[in-house]
Amino acid sequence: MTLDGFEHDKAARIVAVNWAMLAGDEGKRLKALGVDEGAEVAVVHRGIFGTRDPLAVRIGRMTIALRRSHALAIEVEPA
Amino acid sequence: MSRHDPVKTRTAALVGNPNAGKSALFNALTGARQKIANYPGVTVERKAGRLTLPGGDSVELIDLPGSYSFDAASPDEEVTRKVVHGEFAGESIPDVIVLVVDAANLEQHLVFAQEVLELGRPTVVALNMIDLAERDGLTLDPEALSEALGVPVVPTVAVRRRGLAELAEAIAEAEAHADEDAHKRWHITLPERRLAAKHMARAAILSKSTRHTVENGIDRVLLNPWIGPVILFGLLFVIFQAVFAWATPFADALEDGVGAISGVVSASLPSGFVHDFLVEGVLAGVGSVVVFLPQIVILFFFILLMEASGYMARAAFLMDRLMAGVGLSGKSFIPLLSSFACAIPGIMATRSIPDPKDRLTTILVAPLMTCSARLPVYAVIIAAVIPQTTIGPGVGLQGLVLFALYIAGIVGAMIVALVLRHTVTSGAASGFIMEMPRYQLPRLKDLAIGLWQRAWVFLRRAGTIIFTVTIVLWLMLSFPKAEPGESQMDASVAGRIADVMHPVLEPIGFNREISLALIPAMAAREVAVSALATTYAVDAEDEDLAAAGVTDKIAALWSLPTALAFLAWFVFAPQCISTIAVARRETNGWKWPAFMVGYLFALAYIFAGLTFWIATALGL
Repeated sequence: MTLDGFEHDKAARIVAVNWAMLAGDEGKRLKALGVDEGAEVAVVHRGIFGTRDPLAVRIGRMTIALRRSHALAIEVEPA
Repeated sequence: MSRHDPVKTRTAALVGNPNAGKSALFNALTGARQKIANYPGVTVERKAGRLTLPGGDSVELIDLPGSYSFDAASPDEEVTRKVVHGEFAGESIPDVIVLVVDAANLEQHLVFAQEVLELGRPTVVALNMIDLAERDGLTLDPEALSEALGVPVVPTVAVRRRGLAELAEAIAEAEAHADEDAHKRWHITLPERRLAAKHMARAAILSKSTRHTVENGIDRVLLNPWIGPVILFGLLFVIFQAVFAWATPFADALEDGVGAISGVVSASLPSGFVHDFLVEGVLAGVGSVVVFLPQIVILFFFILLMEASGYMARAAFLMDRLMAGVGLSGKSFIPLLSSFACAIPGIMATRSIPDPKDRLTTILVAPLMTCSARLPVYAVIIAAVIPQTTIGPGVGLQGLVLFALYIAGIVGAMIVALVLRHTVTSGAASGFIMEMPRYQLPRLKDLAIGLWQRAWVFLRRAGTIIFTVTIVLWLMLSFPKAEPGESQMDASVAGRIADVMHPVLEPIGFNREISLALIPAMAAREVAVSALATTYAVDAEDEDLAAAGVTDKIAALWSLPTALAFLAWFVFAPQCISTIAVARRETNGWKWPAFMVGYLFALAYIFAGLTFWIATALGL
């Protein structure tokens, strides 16, 4: 299951990140923000239209914004 | 008393993650006296100030750009990496590193902190924003953290000036060891650093309550998919009202001030070259730009307020979906918003966009946002040719035309961005990844320092680039001197250029006076109005007409299609040399500014032409 389909406000643990799906420096930037295998995250906010882009994700004590295209590359399981 | 080489100034550098409160700490430590310049060769700001240490010595404190790691992903991070490694040409390696970490976000910030500590330089840790950590229900143990990191840790609250004396003392202590050789630490990998950060953070947190953070509650409203955009647009409406309504008395006062100086100079100097140069060239030219200072200050007040409070990242979040539709991201929203005051600060604000293609696209469309310099042009032409009729309750035709011109700029920018992203700046769909900082009550002093810096940058530009351009244009308009019976405009170099331009501009309905006014308008758009006024004043055969204002003359002499075409021209035309100069600096070359000028003039010509031909065909 990817982060995109995961329930809101529920803790998820990242099992794998498909780095190949991320363009350019995106992987590097996500990694710098702590998005990596083993990290615990939770989707806290989303947009309304269409793909419901972008997502606000809580990671540790921080909130980060990312797009659905990134969330689709992040494999998670319930934490 | 200094035991060091007296010639060399000691330096200390603030290093840390973005949103660690570095800038607030920098302001608190150095006060308002800061030197801001660009690092050579890159468009990254170098902020430096003087910090007096308890012993009486002082060091130069540098505020380095926030970084997540030394594996640089942006030009800003690259500067930080090079400076602390001593690899930046012309910049000496900092003698002391002040590592700023967010007390409420230790697990994250200790990752980069360890990378910095691996350098083995004399380091002091500022455990910053400890009040926000307490607000979030955290109780921390600085000593445990100091033991784990092996360097002094000082709890600070930059905005409340807590812990500053202790921090200065620790910096002085570390500076005493600055001459010793670096003891490089063992290099560990990123996952190892993350694990260590987790353990250190856990050991430093004495207690933690599980209550929800303030952010969660506020974000539930401000990021709510329905209420959030309503609040954002409400705020934008207030900002626009403020920029146009609040600024008027100040702008009027500035204009009166320039007028008064002009009067004094006029009265005290004999007429002649120096008199004309000062009054018509310097004061008229620079004065016409300086009057926009109040609008720029008000707009920046709101922008700084949005940034300092943490709301700007939320605005970017809310706008991302819309911006993604034209191939940009939420990060382009802030520069484009600034461009409504002036494209110059807007283009400079694109530095916060990490994706180079995104950044370039934003720079290229920024001039399409209706800047405040277009307002005088629009106002004069609309007043001259659009009847003052109401077409609904509280809706006037003149206001509607003005609104339509703003919308034309926005829609134009969106379409151009979309086209550019599929052609010259095409590439992978730009991502939107950003940290959303915690909400904070902005401090007045930080706002004041920020505003002063923006105002100073603007005034300095008015004093250099705009000053020079104005003088060149004035010289072109003033020489060679006219023969008796010939108008000065006709005789001048500028007049002859207008003669060359006129055949090109005639098909789109522009008369010779407009062709001429477009030349000085290159310095600043609003100069078009005063240039038209001068031309009509000089060339008027009828004395009554000469006495009338420029609005009346346009109403009497221009056809409606010509006036409308002139308005359409100004929606697109890159009539501002300062913007072109800034675009050159920010893109490091002439290629993109040349492209920008080319496409904007092409659009201006096409849309002015279409407007003229359609209006003529409709018999207006």
